[in-house]
Amino acid sequence: MGYSKELISSLEERAKTLRRDVIECIGVGVAGHVGGSCSAADLLAALYFYKLKYDSKNPEWEGRDYFLLSKGHVAILQYSALAEAGFFPVADLPRCKEVGFYLQGHPHLGTPGIEVGTGSLGQGLSLGLGMALGLKMDGKPNRVYVMVGDGEQDEGQIWEAAMAASAKNADNLCAIIDNNGLQAQGKLTDRLPVEPLAGRWSAFGWNVIEIDGHNMEEIVAALDAAETYKGKPTAIIAHTVKGKGISFAENQVGFHNRALTEDEYRQALAELA
Amino acid sequence: MAETNQRSAYGATLLELCREDRNIVVLDADLGGSTMGKMVEQALPEQHIEMGIAEANMASVAGGLSRVGKIPFINSFAVFAAGRAYDQIRQSIAIGKLNVKICGSSAGCSDFGDGATHQAIDDIAYMRAIPHMTVIVPADANEAAAATRFMAANPGTMYLRLNRNSYENITEEGAPFRFNEPTVVREGTDVTVFACGVMVSKALEAAEKLQGRISVRVVNVSTVKPLNREKIMALAGDVRGVVTAEEHSIIGGLGGAVAEALRRQPTPMEFVGVNDEFGSSAHSYDEILNYMGLTADHIAEAVESIYNG
Repeated sequence: MGYSKELISSLEERAKTLRRDVIECIGVGVAGHVGGSCSAADLLAALYFYKLKYDSKNPEWEGRDYFLLSKGHVAILQYSALAEAGFFPVADLPRCKEVGFYLQGHPHLGTPGIEVGTGSLGQGLSLGLGMALGLKMDGKPNRVYVMVGDGEQDEGQIWEAAMAASAKNADNLCAIIDNNGLQAQGKLTDRLPVEPLAGRWSAFGWNVIEIDGHNMEEIVAALDAAETYKGKPTAIIAHTVKGKGISFAENQVGFHNRALTEDEYRQALAELA
Repeated sequence: MAETNQRSAYGATLLELCREDRNIVVLDADLGGSTMGKMVEQALPEQHIEMGIAEANMASVAGGLSRVGKIPFINSFAVFAAGRAYDQIRQSIAIGKLNVKICGSSAGCSDFGDGATHQAIDDIAYMRAIPHMTVIVPADANEAAAATRFMAANPGTMYLRLNRNSYENITEEGAPFRFNEPTVVREGTDVTVFACGVMVSKALEAAEKLQGRISVRVVNVSTVKPLNREKIMALAGDVRGVVTAEEHSIIGGLGGAVAEALRRQPTPMEFVGVNDEFGSSAHSYDEILNYMGLTADHIAEAVESIYNG
């Protein structure tokens, strides 16, 4: 597809670093969102180290692109990306969830690089749409990217936003769906099925791109294609594996938000070395 | 002649504000003809966004707009603007202290015909409970216009509660909004009535009825949150007791706020408001106000009971 091997392997290395940061931050004996962080790690690596325009020393820089993590429960993954990108020290990551600290359990406005607070599922896409519409009103070229979970598609507000975004021709908005197939209490197919996702997003008036969410070349190609597509917002449906990169956590519902044992912690870091 | 309908005053003021500042954006959820957002939609369509019947999305979209420098005003009936979108107001807007203005139109029982589903009698309580939220309940159309201007000029998450129906102004046309400043609209020495919205007019009527027997001070508390505690304590401190009057539940609204303010100054108090009930359809505004216990007579009765101990 015309991407250099160096670029792709450097982004893959970044993704591995993000997963390692997540595990080191969660540590031993304290629950953390391992599964959903690891499923989205390759996507965030491509966003933060390939696609997004930002100035980590000036987070409110007017020329920046906006990234919103609507599936806010994997805040630790975004914090890892922000830290690796230079928004704040990597050394601060383990202090996440300390009382009063700027790294809260869910993204919180005020943390460098966080655009809005998220956590009540289903709201991030609407927030991103508001930004996209405001930027268009001012004729600005900035783009808005929103990562939504697949379980999050249960929320009706996602579809309100999807309908409105296409009606308003918000082609500066890109939704990235982390389609790992699992939600907190089990498989989507057993809890509340959301398929056919591609058909639904397409019917709601979006340009739909389906990719393997762990294939870096496909990820960067999709992000580039979304940017050049005009007239409709783009939904990138990224097929992913929850817990990807940590053998014992892959595709395991139990690792949605679970504490690691000492042995699991060591093994995870060894696998991500 | 001054406008006597709060919604019309709001719409006309919004249009003026939109002309003055192109960053002001008005959002409606298919009720712009009633909220008067349509005045902006017709004159300045580029500063109006129709969101369809999707209040939750509208609220979060407004949060996003504010993050890119816009000043969004979102409109719907209060039951939908504040009630249906409560979580979005809390999560998408208020936690980030975003500069979003929420207009709860046709509030209280003022949408008399549509009945309980359309009558917001609890919105002050749950908007007031959101940290940092400003809650404004203007007494009349003049004050609604002034409050709208105030909201556009000052940052923060703010809730404006408007009445659907027309009635005579009791505040001065063109006067600046007196934010967080409970205002004496009639002096008195025996009992103080703290009121907001249309109930300020009803309280004045009650004071008139009682004239010669009981001297009633009437205070317009249009800023319900923040509440100027010192002023409330002072205005309650030199009388036998106080009455609160609001077109809202007696739980959690102005009555609750005044009681909180007087916590170190025990004062006999009576609440005139909706007594833990939902509303009902009615053929007229007066009919529903009477049915819900929200008339000048109800206020007068409460004042008498305080006065007589």
